[in-house]
Amino acid sequence: MTKSNGNSPKSTVSRRAVLAGGAALSASLFLPKNLRAQDYPTAAVNTTGLAVTDDTVTVGILHSVTGTMAISETGSVQAEKLAIEQINAQGGVLGRKIEFIQEDGASDWPTFAEKAKKLLVNDKVASVMGCWTSASRKAVLPVFEQYNGMLYYPTFYEGLEQSPNVIYTGQEATQQIIAGIDWVTKEKGAKSFYLLGSDYIWPRTSNKIARKHIEKLGLKVVGEEYYPLGHTQFNSVINKIKLKKPDVIYAIVVGGSNVAFYKQLKAAGIDMTKEKPVLLTISVTEDEIRGIGGENIEGAYACMKYFQSLENPNNADFVAAFKEMWGDDMVIGDVTQAAYLGPWLWKAAVEKAGSFDVDKVREASPDIELPTAPEGYVKVHPNHHLWSKTRVGKAMADGQYEVVFETADLVEPDPFPEGYQ
Amino acid sequence: MTPTKKTAFLTPKEMIGFAILAALIFVVLPLALDTFRLNLFGKYLTYAFVAVGLVLCWGAGGILSLGQGVFFGLGGYCMAMFLKLEASTPENTAIQSTPGIPDFMDWNQITALPWWWEPFHSFGLTLIAIIAVPVVFAFIIAFAMFRRRVGGVYFAIITQAIAAILTILIIGQQGFTGGVNGITDLRTLHGWDIRTDEAKNILYFVNGILLFAVLFAAHYVRKSKLGRLLIAMRDQEDRVRFSGYDVASFKIFVFCLGAAFSAIGGAMFTLQVGFMSPTLVGIVPSIEMVIFCAVGGRLSIIGAVYGTLLVNFAKTTFSESFPEVWLLGLGALFIAVVMAFPRGLAGIWADWVEPRLSSLFSRKTGDDSTAAPKTPAE
Amino acid sequence: MFADYSMGELTAIFAMQGFAGLILFSVFVLMALGLAIIFGQMGVINMAHGEFMILGAYVTYLVSNVFSDYLPFLFSIYFFVAMALAFVVTGALGMFVEWAMIRHLYKRPLDTLLATWGLSLILQQIYRSVFGAREVGVTIPEWMMGSLPLTDMIEVPINGMFVMVLAVGISIAIYVLMFRSTWGKQVRAINQNRIMAGAVGINTEWTDRLTFGIGCGVAGVAGSAFTMIGSTGPTAGQLYIVDTFLVVVFGGAGSLLGTIASAFSISQAQSILEFFLSGSMAKVLTLLTVVGILMLRPQGLFALKLRK
Repeated sequence: MTKSNGNSPKSTVSRRAVLAGGAALSASLFLPKNLRAQDYPTAAVNTTGLAVTDDTVTVGILHSVTGTMAISETGSVQAEKLAIEQINAQGGVLGRKIEFIQEDGASDWPTFAEKAKKLLVNDKVASVMGCWTSASRKAVLPVFEQYNGMLYYPTFYEGLEQSPNVIYTGQEATQQIIAGIDWVTKEKGAKSFYLLGSDYIWPRTSNKIARKHIEKLGLKVVGEEYYPLGHTQFNSVINKIKLKKPDVIYAIVVGGSNVAFYKQLKAAGIDMTKEKPVLLTISVTEDEIRGIGGENIEGAYACMKYFQSLENPNNADFVAAFKEMWGDDMVIGDVTQAAYLGPWLWKAAVEKAGSFDVDKVREASPDIELPTAPEGYVKVHPNHHLWSKTRVGKAMADGQYEVVFETADLVEPDPFPEGYQ
Repeated sequence: MTPTKKTAFLTPKEMIGFAILAALIFVVLPLALDTFRLNLFGKYLTYAFVAVGLVLCWGAGGILSLGQGVFFGLGGYCMAMFLKLEASTPENTAIQSTPGIPDFMDWNQITALPWWWEPFHSFGLTLIAIIAVPVVFAFIIAFAMFRRRVGGVYFAIITQAIAAILTILIIGQQGFTGGVNGITDLRTLHGWDIRTDEAKNILYFVNGILLFAVLFAAHYVRKSKLGRLLIAMRDQEDRVRFSGYDVASFKIFVFCLGAAFSAIGGAMFTLQVGFMSPTLVGIVPSIEMVIFCAVGGRLSIIGAVYGTLLVNFAKTTFSESFPEVWLLGLGALFIAVVMAFPRGLAGIWADWVEPRLSSLFSRKTGDDSTAAPKTPAE
Repeated sequence: MFADYSMGELTAIFAMQGFAGLILFSVFVLMALGLAIIFGQMGVINMAHGEFMILGAYVTYLVSNVFSDYLPFLFSIYFFVAMALAFVVTGALGMFVEWAMIRHLYKRPLDTLLATWGLSLILQQIYRSVFGAREVGVTIPEWMMGSLPLTDMIEVPINGMFVMVLAVGISIAIYVLMFRSTWGKQVRAINQNRIMAGAVGINTEWTDRLTFGIGCGVAGVAGSAFTMIGSTGPTAGQLYIVDTFLVVVFGGAGSLLGTIASAFSISQAQSILEFFLSGSMAKVLTLLTVVGILMLRPQGLFALKLRK
């Protein structure tokens, strides 16, 4: 951790002029289709008055770059910008360069709604990459449905939603939870679980699914507990955990609370490198580990679809390009990768539809495949979520995960899981 | 502010002030802006309700509340509950395990509507609740505190804590309140789609009219004996008490009035923005609303409206042009207002613009009295 | 819930829970002492208190980087250097802020609230521009993490001990400064009657600046210590503000002893409730109780008797 964090973070800001490197990379990586704009006259590909000219098309990026959520959303913004640059270096979408308008949601849900509307109504963007929390997505959803926009939403989330105007590039809850619990039961012989989370909808819904699944397996939940967002004192709950001696601590703590929780857990003598208890989380990506410190979370397991350490050629290129663009000390978490998929999935859908019109893009979206995805291969399900694998990683002291398990097949997204409600 | 013998409800000067504001809100903005921006200004104007309430409580009465977001939120939540019930017809929610209840309840395994949601089936009761719930809440707070002569900074910090408590409570009880997401996806009011452009325009004007009603009410209070007593209390509370007035009841009244104004603003916010969320209840928005009031000039009712518009407009434009650094500008604006223009826009107007205008005016008419009537400093 | 446990286990748990309460107490004391000086003695409402704490945390982060790059053999003790430096840096910023801003506002205490809120926005943005929007990870020397097993069952977190020792140390230091030094006498004199204090020859301007600086400096030390138990990011300071103000007000502004007593009662209440209830409800109940008591006894636990 000292190593990866030791560099001054100042270098993060500067490296922007990378087109050359990125272009060379992506040219070798993705088969350039060389679609020419002349073949797709603007009048034909844009019948709904979107911001499309003969050589450009405008999209929106809507994340929080200020406020409490900026900690998490910064990575998504970076990944989306990288994807857009790479697409442009290959010749853009239907021969048009992508331009983007970035707006700040400021970690405030009404602001998200306001900015979403601005992007759709004033700027007429062809699609929007954005949002992070469920609350921000719920706030913009009516806007996207009313003005018929297209949102690419990158975060793993609680499910229970399926909008024609959103493509969910992150996992819905069952994709993230079930395989992880099966794994910990089988591999670690876990019998009892302590569920813990920050107090809002995603941890609560996820824990509900986890609890149902645990009980289905005939195992026991010995405690379930929620703390307000931003809570920083976990000694009491740690004592309760010590009292109940669960085999697995299932933690869905988010944001600044995360750092406090893991530091205090370690200080209280719960050593995650030992056999028991196993700590399994679905909320700590490489991004969060930077704040927590690898030495404080070493030995914990996380259930995600992507880890930076994933070994495949797509990912090697992606990680290299990302570091090239944003600095060597950058780390890439699950959501960052999912955000990177957004522009590529949109490009694929537009080219399949031969049009920027949102309705046609929506029709074209199901069954779009992305064999170049850093996580390996993804495919859009008709329910607008992605087929993807579930993986379990073990946290290392250097802030990376070692992948210890992945599902053999792609897991089908099921936002409204029967029997888990 | 010096009470003269018996003044008309509006002096000519005040009349001009109101007229200019009315022209701005009802004519200039609707003509100059498209529906999107107009709706945005409609949203800003809902904050102005709170700011006007604060002018009474803080500017006149010296009671600084850092918890006005609580009342704004309660008003907004009452409206949102009504709209949510209307949107959650059994047909719309057929995919749920319990159709007919709001979607977030279904996600939290709640199978029947809680009893305290029932009144919100009725629009009439909702309208009453929008005012009554926050006012009763404000009364309880104010009664407990002002009877015991809590004031100034203590009151500010306690109200701030109340805002924090309510936020945690709303987020924690997500099965009943929608949690951190708030109450979203509101569609119709008595079958009238509030999401269309036409509806937004109409709501903007309704909002404007309500704002003026509130402005006149506030103005009336300021002009009345109560208003003068408030100022007297702010400056020398003990003397007023010794003169035989029941100081606490006046404070309670004005605090409740401020709460009622905020609640109307909150309800209009819900209607225009289409959802309500706990982020509007917490500490940050509550402090921001105080800042709107301060920027406008804490003594001026009209100033509060301009202050709200200015700060929000600045926020939107700064953040659109410089998404990464706009907070610097906003922070600097607050400091500048407090340090250099403690009486806000109203002070700038009174000190700089008005004397010039009147000297210009008097030169034309040949009247050489340069001493424009100056509002006395606090 | 205790039926399944042996006596020994129960004792151990209660001991550890008592300890958790004491750690929380120390955290509250550290958070609140700086504010108690500024708010209690000067009447200034410093909404940027949390940002001053985070400045201390960032100083610690920088110092830890310097040590790990240039002085790796001294890394295990860098924390003490970091805390001293955090005190100096935040104290200096505090004195600057007092000079530039606060001294013009002494007659308008509520306005200090608005101005310092603006300041907190600016500081947050500066942190974000300089250190990035993400949290930074402060590496803590190995010996400060981990726990000390007292018995088989009872384990005491070392960083918790550290925070406790620090809280006691700073409390004593402030007590000595406040009640045994000339400066303390002057501060108290100014607090009681500014005009008379000035008339008898106390340099009120300088004393004010020093007081504000010391208050901010203590906040910086607290922030530095909190890198062991919390997160360091541009907006982390906001997490502390409500708790901090409540502790100070509940204790009775102007009384340092009151601040400590209130930190003790709030932390114990919260820690006990957290053990028996869920976290969110415990927090709500604690805050409600505090607000309820404040409504009945607005002057707080320990009111300084002053003639108005």
